[in-house]
Amino acid sequence: MITVNGLTGGYAGGEVLKGISFQVGHGELFGILGPNGSGKTTLLKMISGALEFRKGAIELDSRPLTQYSPKQLARMMAVLPQHSDQAFPYRVKETVSLGRYAHQKGWFHSWSEEDEQIVLKVMEQTGITHLQEKSIVELSGGERQRVYLAQALAQQPRILLLDEPTNHLDLSFQKELLDLLKKWAAEEELTVVSIFHDLNLASLYCDRLLLMENGEVLIVDTPAEVLKEERIKAVYKTKVKNHPHPEIARPQLLLVPKSDGNQAANFQIDASYLDIGSDRIALKTPAKLRTMSSGITGAGIGWHNSFVHRVVPMDYDCSDHKAEMAEFLQANGFLPSETVAMMTAVPAESVAHRFFKNGEVSIFIMVSAGNTHRESPRNINTWLFINGRISEEAFIQSAMTAAEAKIRVIQELQGSSTSDAGQSAGISTDSICIAATQQGELIAYAGTASPLGKLISDGIYSCTKQAILNYRAGKTL
Amino acid sequence: MRPFTRIVLHNKGIAYVFAMAFLISSMLLGIAIGTVAIPVSTIIEIIFTDIFRLQGQGIDPMHASIVMEIRLPRVLLAGLVGASLAIAGSAFQGLLRNPLADPYTLGISSGASIGAVATLFFGVSLPMVGAFTLPMLSILFAFATVLFVLFFARKVDRLLRVETIILTGIILSSFLGSFISLMIALSGEELRQIIGWLLGSVSMRGWEYIKIIFPFFLIGLVILLANTRELNAMSFGEERAQHLGVNVERRKLLILLSGSLLTGSAVAVSGTIGFVGLVIPHLTRTIWGPDHRHLLPLSVLIGGGFLILADLISRTIIAPSELPIGVITALIGAPVFALILMRNRRERSAGR
Repeated sequence: MITVNGLTGGYAGGEVLKGISFQVGHGELFGILGPNGSGKTTLLKMISGALEFRKGAIELDSRPLTQYSPKQLARMMAVLPQHSDQAFPYRVKETVSLGRYAHQKGWFHSWSEEDEQIVLKVMEQTGITHLQEKSIVELSGGERQRVYLAQALAQQPRILLLDEPTNHLDLSFQKELLDLLKKWAAEEELTVVSIFHDLNLASLYCDRLLLMENGEVLIVDTPAEVLKEERIKAVYKTKVKNHPHPEIARPQLLLVPKSDGNQAANFQIDASYLDIGSDRIALKTPAKLRTMSSGITGAGIGWHNSFVHRVVPMDYDCSDHKAEMAEFLQANGFLPSETVAMMTAVPAESVAHRFFKNGEVSIFIMVSAGNTHRESPRNINTWLFINGRISEEAFIQSAMTAAEAKIRVIQELQGSSTSDAGQSAGISTDSICIAATQQGELIAYAGTASPLGKLISDGIYSCTKQAILNYRAGKTL
Repeated sequence: MRPFTRIVLHNKGIAYVFAMAFLISSMLLGIAIGTVAIPVSTIIEIIFTDIFRLQGQGIDPMHASIVMEIRLPRVLLAGLVGASLAIAGSAFQGLLRNPLADPYTLGISSGASIGAVATLFFGVSLPMVGAFTLPMLSILFAFATVLFVLFFARKVDRLLRVETIILTGIILSSFLGSFISLMIALSGEELRQIIGWLLGSVSMRGWEYIKIIFPFFLIGLVILLANTRELNAMSFGEERAQHLGVNVERRKLLILLSGSLLTGSAVAVSGTIGFVGLVIPHLTRTIWGPDHRHLLPLSVLIGGGFLILADLISRTIIAPSELPIGVITALIGAPVFALILMRNRRERSAGR
């Protein structure tokens, strides 16, 4: 639909674009990215015909841009400007009607029934019908942007060019606008070319992205390919972290601020932080830890600074344990949003905890094990605190390593077991919380062969064994 | 706005009826009032008699001659000048996207004034045209000025952006203004004449002057009325207009030239009458909205009627002497402009 070949040119001061080439297909949603001053707007202006270029060619539908008359071009392509200045208070419908200019013929331009229908339709689609009698100077930024979008759509273009369309819009309008564009691209074969500042929005909605740097094309590819951490870091000179979207298969980039506030103090989690009460065991840390956990509150991946292991009676009513737990936390001075909480019926005094250190690496482990609920024969909860900066990979490896060590203990104790603590390894009530201070050098691996993995494996083994033995001892007393 | 007011203001038919009624009543008043009062019925009778070449029964020949020789041409000239300035002002404000623009922004008035003042100062009388040397030279200088402004602005900025045009116009106006001041400083007994012309007047011009302005008026009017949709588009910015499909360069030149045609011919026959081209477009826009398809024709009707009334006041207020019409338009125009400004600002700040 659009073919740009060797495009070179710029303003009188010098060349902004140097040999830009790319193609955009029918019905494609195509994003243009790049740092400030990389030539995005210049490129869009040249495609729209507002700015002349010195060398190269632009073809729309296999026909050179320069061969279109202004009216033909307006029927082919519409442009949604970043901002429009209006000197006079036109009404919304008058403004939208101007979009029909290129379709009207004759000296005095008669207004046909078809024109009227199209104007009504695009106002409906952009949700501005109720504003039609209002003056555009009375509208909010978001409403005005929708009026100009309606005006552009009234041109019935096959190509729509947008320069940062979501600039003045709040979150819901951004999504609404882009959803709408996506729909039109799919249903009406509208080709959309848009500049984005927000890499994450571009990633969510675009079929393909063009990344520009210093007036040149760096790469044209799918969002997953273009938005690689290293590439964005190099082009934008900014530290970012790539993270997959939790719902859809699109990459998202997260900024990393220079100071993230987590450097409060160089602390080391050990038994001194532990606070064992009769109805709960708690641990509060001076800064938030990166956590990966299963449990009741704060499960999944997050950042937390309070860890609560709650002891409830055997006949605890589990019908709405999440809400009840939140109430409990609040009543005891913990913020549910900053807390990882688990629950057990095992008495608090039978837990085992110990600090392990091997050279630079140190961990603190707490395990509670025993029979808890009438229907659940076994419950082992594990806290694993790692004093260090570990990768996501290491988080997962830590979980595997810990699970293996636990199974080893259970199998070993099974023979001498007098109770049913060892029955059916793999009961769903077991919980684990792995928390890392994320300070110091990065530790990439936590497999059983790595120093950290070894420490975890040994630590979990001894603590779990101790906890089970404690529990048995407590029961027989 | 109350629903009733809204309906009345949004109904363009009512707008035209009102504007037309305003123009016609102004004309009738302008003809009727004077040292000799003539009843409206008589005026209509005289005009009909003249148009259809009937033998008037019982018409006072003196009345007939006052109407046909003095007052009707004067009223028509005032109307044409007012209409020309008002429509040119509307078009320039829309095109230049600047509510402060008026027909004189491009320096046309200075150009025309140079021509007129030089004629008076040097006592020039061209062969063939004789008594019409002044309007002829004035109109020539006006066009030369506009062409120079456009040529120069294009030299500076190939895209001929409005900012460049406005700046060029302002610079040239000041430059030419210094020559006018120089001639005034050096003038002796021509001073009164020069000042009188500069302040503007439509008195004692007769049918000949109407013949001068009318063709320009017609051409300018038709071209501008054919470009009202383009003006709408261009008041959103030239780039926006281009994206909507307007051939911006051609239309801009067309509008500038026809606006200048109207302004130049108006100044040539009546002098530099201020405020009409600034206030009437504002007034019309405030009442009936900015849509140029209606703004332009309504400005023609309102502008014509307004200048006829201003002229009526100028010749009756201290009768038998006459005030320069430019003084009257400024005295009425400036406060009206201030009122409109206050109202619009208040409305805008209330809307936010």
